[in-house]
Amino acid sequence: MTDTSHVGQGEFPIPITVEFTGGLELLFGNERKHKVVLPACLEDGSRPNISYLLKYLVDNLMKDQRIDMFIMEDNVRPGILVLINDADWELEGEETYELQQGDNIVFVSTLHGG
Amino acid sequence: MGSLEETCTSLRAQIIATEAQLAGLKRDLANAEQAAQSETATTTKIQPEDGDGESGRWPLFQEEYKRYGRQMIVSQVGLKGQLKLRSAKVLLVGAGGLGCPAAQYLAGAGVGIIGLIDGDTVEVSNLHRQVLHRTKNVGKYKVDSAIESLRELNPHPTYIAHRTHLTPEEAPTIFQGYDLILDCTDNPASRYLISDTAVLLGKPLVSASALRTEGQLMVLNNPPRAPGDKTGGPCYRCVFPKPPPADSVISCADGGILGPVVGTMGVLQALEAIKVITAPGIEGGADPTTVRPRDPPSLHIFSAYSSPLVRTIRLRSRRANCAVCSTEATVTLDTIKSGSMDYVFFCGSTNLPSVLSPEERISAREYNQRHPNVKSDSSQLHTIIDVRDEAQFGICSLKNSINIPISNILSSGYPAGSQGPDNGESATQVPSWVPSEVASSDSTNPIYVVCRLGNDSQIVVKKMKELGLDQHGKRFIGDIRGGLRSWKEEVDPEWPAY
Repeated sequence: MTDTSHVGQGEFPIPITVEFTGGLELLFGNERKHKVVLPACLEDGSRPNISYLLKYLVDNLMKDQRIDMFIMEDNVRPGILVLINDADWELEGEETYELQQGDNIVFVSTLHGG
Repeated sequence: MGSLEETCTSLRAQIIATEAQLAGLKRDLANAEQAAQSETATTTKIQPEDGDGESGRWPLFQEEYKRYGRQMIVSQVGLKGQLKLRSAKVLLVGAGGLGCPAAQYLAGAGVGIIGLIDGDTVEVSNLHRQVLHRTKNVGKYKVDSAIESLRELNPHPTYIAHRTHLTPEEAPTIFQGYDLILDCTDNPASRYLISDTAVLLGKPLVSASALRTEGQLMVLNNPPRAPGDKTGGPCYRCVFPKPPPADSVISCADGGILGPVVGTMGVLQALEAIKVITAPGIEGGADPTTVRPRDPPSLHIFSAYSSPLVRTIRLRSRRANCAVCSTEATVTLDTIKSGSMDYVFFCGSTNLPSVLSPEERISAREYNQRHPNVKSDSSQLHTIIDVRDEAQFGICSLKNSINIPISNILSSGYPAGSQGPDNGESATQVPSWVPSEVASSDSTNPIYVVCRLGNDSQIVVKKMKELGLDQHGKRFIGDIRGGLRSWKEEVDPEWPAY
């Protein structure tokens, strides 16, 4: 709690947790849970948002070459839900949501079997 | 003889069930008439004490009090809930891994009318998870097999068999006869069709899916409100406005499925259905202030190898521009019935184009002739790479074959057009998955790639050629057409088919 005053000033890197389920983990070295530390402030002075995170994940964490299994037209591909702290990202501003310390971001691929 | 006896047993059971249904209707009528009478008489007396006849005095049969007693004494159900269950009409689309356990619990709970739609027949590979089907019923319609089991479990409900795959032309007519829909299907096109039809007919929808070790569950269009009414629950299209690319959709046949995983999801569907049916409403004089608000729209994700096993996430509400449930809706019952809303086209087809030319592929028979299983050193003469995953390779593999799962192959190296960690440093290097005898430029021994059905193998051959491993055509690299399935058909009939 004491850190929250600093977060706004963008001085400290932002540690978050990223999780993949519904088969997406297969694109990320078959690991479900990843700890990621993002810079507090980007080169253009903005704070990292989900858009930035998507690019970061493709460049740094994704092991599979089939990028279109994760990203299509600069956004997550259809059939993937993005959850920000257990809520649909549409409730939080989608890709413009600015990441906060300790955030838990989950990418869920929809299943169709039955 | 056996089948005649079966027919008799089935008919007897149907007669018992229909008689129970008829008795129920007579009782309902008697109760309604009594209620109407007491209303017109403007007396405050609720129930006359005289009813000594069996019918009219108690709303359920003696046997039903015993049968449903354990759930009726749960406060969320009670007699009121039980009566709601008895007058409920539930349709399950799909009588497989989800539909079987869901139907089993709904039948057990005493849902009055249970409809099942499925055009498939029972296969041996279904039995580990589709718990209503028996080994003796392999080859039978799933709906008939399921209803046979359900009747043995509970003869009271009326069971309706729809021996067909759900089509857009028929969906609205079939759905019309029910008041709650369960989506127990296994493909995106059906899921959109079911959701669209349910929304347009004002039916709540309990949707579930499962693959490998995970499952997902949502209650959609709950409460069911007219398109454009924002107080209604979101529909499948609100959550997933666009279907996933067809090649990202994996079936249970390809990806695998654990029985208890899909079973859990089916059981949870039955639970959600019971909650929707027995939910206290304003009707029946319940005090509106004590009516619990409905749960906010949620997605429940089950993951067998995670802790906690289930996590629940909050979903969005109805989408303002949803193609079905918003004021801007473009999908109507007419566009569904007429076929102008083409679900198969919308979801794309999974027909894989042949990646390789005919001369880059050989049949299993030809491979066997070229490289008969010579006892020693046959591996020296050629290399055979099996690109299935480790679990499948562990079940059965060709002699001398090397296992390099396609996931390893596709996850190494860097995608065309992007660069490695040190700009082009690895451009001419061979990725680490390539075995030494393949990487060696001294050898021109042929390389064959095999997989389960002959799709992944083509991708890998193409990839190896891109890496220059064919030495500009000097070394043959090709795949076995039809994969190990063809191997069984053409070469080794004892090969295990899993």
